Amino acid sequence: MTAMNLTAVKAIYVFEMKRTFRTLLQSVVAPVMSTSLYFVVFGAAIGSRIDQVEGVSYGAFIVPGLIMLTVLTQSVTNAAFGIYFPKFIGTIYELLSAPASFLEITAGYVLAAATKSFAIGLIILGTAFFFVDLNILHPLWMLTFFVLTCLSFSLLGFIIGIWAGNFEQLQLVPLLVLQPLIFLGGAFYSVSMLPDFWQTVTYFNPVVYLVSGFRWSFYGLADVPIGLSLFAILAFTGICIGVIWLIFKTGWRLRD
Amino acid sequence: MSAIVSVKDVNKTYDGGFEALKSVSLDIDEGEVLALLGPNGAGKTTLISIICGIATASSGRVTVGGHDTVDAYREARKLIGLVPQEINLEPFETVMNTVSFSRGLFGKGRDDAHLERILRDLTLWDKKDTQIKELSGGMKRRVLIAKALSHEPKVLFLDEPTAGVDVELRRDMWETMKDLKSHGVTIILTTHYIEEAEMMADRIGIIAKGEIKLVREKDALMDELGKKQLVIELAEQAMGIPESLSDYGLSLVDGGHEVIYHYDSRKERTGIIRLLNDLQSAGLQMSDVRTEQSSLEDIFVDLTKGEAR
Ligand SMILES: Nc1ncnc2c1ncn2[C@@H]1O[C@H](COP(=O)(O)OP(=O)(O)O)[C@@H](O)[C@H]1O
Ligand SMILES: [Mg+2]
Repeated sequence: MTAMNLTAVKAIYVFEMKRTFRTLLQSVVAPVMSTSLYFVVFGAAIGSRIDQVEGVSYGAFIVPGLIMLTVLTQSVTNAAFGIYFPKFIGTIYELLSAPASFLEITAGYVLAAATKSFAIGLIILGTAFFFVDLNILHPLWMLTFFVLTCLSFSLLGFIIGIWAGNFEQLQLVPLLVLQPLIFLGGAFYSVSMLPDFWQTVTYFNPVVYLVSGFRWSFYGLADVPIGLSLFAILAFTGICIGVIWLIFKTGWRLRD
Repeated sequence: MSAIVSVKDVNKTYDGGFEALKSVSLDIDEGEVLALLGPNGAGKTTLISIICGIATASSGRVTVGGHDTVDAYREARKLIGLVPQEINLEPFETVMNTVSFSRGLFGKGRDDAHLERILRDLTLWDKKDTQIKELSGGMKRRVLIAKALSHEPKVLFLDEPTAGVDVELRRDMWETMKDLKSHGVTIILTTHYIEEAEMMADRIGIIAKGEIKLVREKDALMDELGKKQLVIELAEQAMGIPESLSDYGLSLVDGGHEVIYHYDSRKERTGIIRLLNDLQSAGLQMSDVRTEQSSLEDIFVDLTKGEAR
């Protein structure tokens, strides 16, 4: 095998980023604004009437979860759309006939989608400082979880984009699968606040590990051990890459 | 000359069970222009898709430049440029963006001069910053060609490049093809315009119902299979073909001024002498006689007759 076609990765990445900048308003401004509204409503308005959660004000407590919520959804929808669009308009022929491996094509699209959701997450984090008192105990861990989340959920989105046969499916899956996972993933509460049974159920939700790890990097508060969080997200990333490798190997939904 | 593209025993059965290619074998020489001629649904696009990596063969093997298109797909695909049949383009991209994307995707470093040359040759330079959705159909077709040429391929596939294209663009494309050929690029074009195959091709392959019926040098094909016709100009207008000549299958054209006789130039007895005598006996005066080679179109129609239904 010859060396990797990094030029191809770059070409896809640049092409996708240009698309992002062309649609800057809807792709960045909209999610940032809606998350800011959450800050105002949950953090400032409702939060002032809720007790602290494990020593952290409610407004501050929900910030990591809210960022995760946006970053997750953004990663999935961006990556899904990124690969669905060429399929939809037929330009996928060029990707399939290019001297590029699945790894390179995936890397180009996933890195672009992840960059975009990372940027959005960063802006939201910055905005959060205006609304609540934040401190970040473990900035490096925070960054690690942040980046891994962008990457792994962009991978998931990429799979959804290849799978999707029409626009309804493309929009429905993130809504139907992700929203419950996120809302039941401890973004707005500590898992320990739930009854025992629901606590057990919760541990099957991968998002719990993300939110927990991410929140830990802010406040040192975690629902599950930090090592487990890291393991969970790495395992999830590994599974996604495996699935994509299989998809390209078999040509499922891509090649006749 | 050596084969730059070699297709061996390729079969393709689509998921629904439809057999689109049946044991297709084909060697394409470096530097030649090969026209694949066949009616709709013959399997032309399927064959190209398999060579280029867009579809997978059910069995068989394809090499490009000696590289297996499955095991050594990188090396093989680097050599290939593809202009697809459908106009598949990102509507919101500019011409320049999409063309430089193609170059990068195929692993080639940035080369502004090369892209400018291609866009100028295809009269797209003025439109380089225009969004594709604003271009006419013909212009979009040019963009597809520019994309395919952006990474300097050695083998160019053109899948029905002039379908639905105006005369001017068609002529431009032929010029482009000639130019590429003179630079040693191997060209494979599919078409059902006979005129195109006749004008452009060194060799012609005829494909129908998923099978390659024949591949011949164009000239040889013409000679070998060319039926000829004898056109007899009459001195005076005739009102009809006399009863005594009914066996010849003559047709009266040009308002009764010309008689046409079809014959097979390969046969020992063409029947021409006898016909001329019989015409004389029937009292028809000839002012001139000429022969015409039937076009490749007739050959094509003959070969695929009873195939496409
Ligand atoms: N994806 C597909 N699934 C099933 N059948 C297909 C598919 N693509 C093409 N075919 C069938 O295969 C045959 C050959 O198609 P194609 O290669 O496009 O022919 P051509 O390009 O010569 O017009 C046609 O009968 C077509 O209906
Ligand atoms: Mg076709």
